[in-house]
Amino acid sequence: MSIFINRQTRVLVQGITGRQGSFHTAQMLEYGTNIVAGVSPGKGGHSIEGVPVLNTVYEAMDRETADASILFIPAPFAKDAALEALSGGIKLLVLITEHIPLHDAMSIMEYARKMNAVVIGPNTFGLVSSGACKIGIMPNRYFVPGPIGVVSRSGTLCYEIVGHLTENDIGTTTVVGLGGDRVVGLNFIDVLKKFEEDSETRAVVLVGEIGGSAEEEAASFISSSMSKPVVAYLAGRSAPPGKRMGHAGAIIERGRGTFESKAAALNAAGVTVAGLPDELPEMLKKILG
Amino acid sequence: MKLYEYLGKRLFLRYDIPVPRSKMIEDAEHAAEAAAELGEVVIKSQVLSGKRGKAGGIAFASDPVQARVEAEKILNMTLNGLVVEKLLVEEKLQIEQELYLAITVDGALRCPVVLASLDGGMDVEEVAEDRMIKYPVDVSIGLQNFMTREICRRMEISGNLQKEMIALLPKLYRMFKELDAELVEINPLALTPKGLVAADAKVTIDDDALYRHPQIPRVKEKTDLELKAEELGIAYVELEGNIAVMANGAGITMATLDMVQHYGGAAANFLDFGGGADAEKTAQALDLLLGTDPKVLLINIFGGITRCDTVAEGFVRVKESKGIDLPVSFRLVGTNEAEGRAILKKVGIKAYNTMDEAVSHAVELAKAAS
Repeated sequence: MSIFINRQTRVLVQGITGRQGSFHTAQMLEYGTNIVAGVSPGKGGHSIEGVPVLNTVYEAMDRETADASILFIPAPFAKDAALEALSGGIKLLVLITEHIPLHDAMSIMEYARKMNAVVIGPNTFGLVSSGACKIGIMPNRYFVPGPIGVVSRSGTLCYEIVGHLTENDIGTTTVVGLGGDRVVGLNFIDVLKKFEEDSETRAVVLVGEIGGSAEEEAASFISSSMSKPVVAYLAGRSAPPGKRMGHAGAIIERGRGTFESKAAALNAAGVTVAGLPDELPEMLKKILG
Repeated sequence: MKLYEYLGKRLFLRYDIPVPRSKMIEDAEHAAEAAAELGEVVIKSQVLSGKRGKAGGIAFASDPVQARVEAEKILNMTLNGLVVEKLLVEEKLQIEQELYLAITVDGALRCPVVLASLDGGMDVEEVAEDRMIKYPVDVSIGLQNFMTREICRRMEISGNLQKEMIALLPKLYRMFKELDAELVEINPLALTPKGLVAADAKVTIDDDALYRHPQIPRVKEKTDLELKAEELGIAYVELEGNIAVMANGAGITMATLDMVQHYGGAAANFLDFGGGADAEKTAQALDLLLGTDPKVLLINIFGGITRCDTVAEGFVRVKESKGIDLPVSFRLVGTNEAEGRAILKKVGIKAYNTMDEAVSHAVELAKAAS
């Protein structure tokens, strides 16, 4: 089992004819993702990696019903493309795009709520159900099946951590990237709930960072509602206040969102916080026995 | 992008939000002239920092002579590390009560939230939670008058003050939305005999939306290097240490800095050159770093969308054209790793497999160099 997506998930790629869109379509197909169509206005009739390209989401949905869509659309046009997907009936939207204006992101989230759809991102690497379906841009070879669920706010750091697990023969059920922006579709709790219900996931790795209060909220959920063990790594311990470290969320403001507050909240919820990323495999081995 | 108070107030005026009469000045002489025109005045330093009052950056003057003296004092003062170059000289308001009003984005709720309190002023951060009203706004319908009435009910205000709020809050929301603001804050929102007046303005515009607001003046809040990095599309922040750090991804760059600290070193910067960088961008990022005169260079690459051979090529390009004299600790794994390592080997650099090895080596090198 896996969360959000599986082998059967039918996937649309919006922006399939662009440099990133076409490259990652090939990568996702190689991983085994069931991509049913691509969308690129004005480019209908072509095909990319054997995937038919259509002009609009509606046209694509008439031909091939899809459950999920991944967007490789430049920031100024991302809102329109996201709303098109949601309007067309897509129930899981993965927004890879960086630098989507905040007010656009809020409109997308509000419409998704109304349409009962799940949004992952923006500014995410996507998600992968290991060995079954990848809707994202992460390097294929590190994501092998196993008992660990991973949820992360950052991309490359998550690969680093999953890479450590894979080296130690610890595979993953599903790996979800929440995205680095201030407004994203899912929070830690949404994903933790799913991992708690998932029969294959035995333990969870939470990869957080400074800024905001998502880790503190996750900690209170873990202490009240999770039976499965959770371990964590938090980036930004050494960051000075007031400096934004790349992610819109990664900034310590008015003394809030510090490493110390997050680590203390997680510890109090029974979550061990690793000092370095390479300590996580040992911690998980102890848990898995 | 944070805006100076005077720029925020100009935008308030455009949205018909009342602000005090004022003059912008850059020398003490003009402060005296402004006071001659405005009467009793407040002289406010224009820096992008809160707590100006507590730091001595705000003064009162009852006549032109005193205005000149006070302006002299504040000009060229350093406030929280920022040099004061401009002053806003404003009419002194007859304040009956100081309120607080703001609209910002609530990341957890994924929507705008109105913050309102009867206890505005200097210590608003200490206001008890039940005295600070938080009202989320559904963006599909926007701010409606019933919402303002509800906010007023929770604040326990009625009558004339409620009427004033119903006149003012929708203007502030319209500005927040139309200008792609992350924050519009009025603290204090002054209740005067003439009604509500915005005695201060704190406005932050979303950097990612600046492209659709060419009319908003650009405010420089970064160092020259940080600005250059921004032009190149690189996330760069200067820090105090001597190990120059370069990595691909915000999270892993932060984790690299944490690990540098863990091993007893100090990073000179945060540099995330992002995903999918080509050789040219790699070379530009390196160039930028070398310009900061670090003792050691630490490069941490976990290639996903970024290709190891491309990064190695960019590195060699800079090394061969400009020379890289300082010691380098290089970690290189992921997409096209073997090709990347082969390129580095030709110039005598052996790349590490793990972040741990590369960081601890960099810290040793830095200790040896100092």
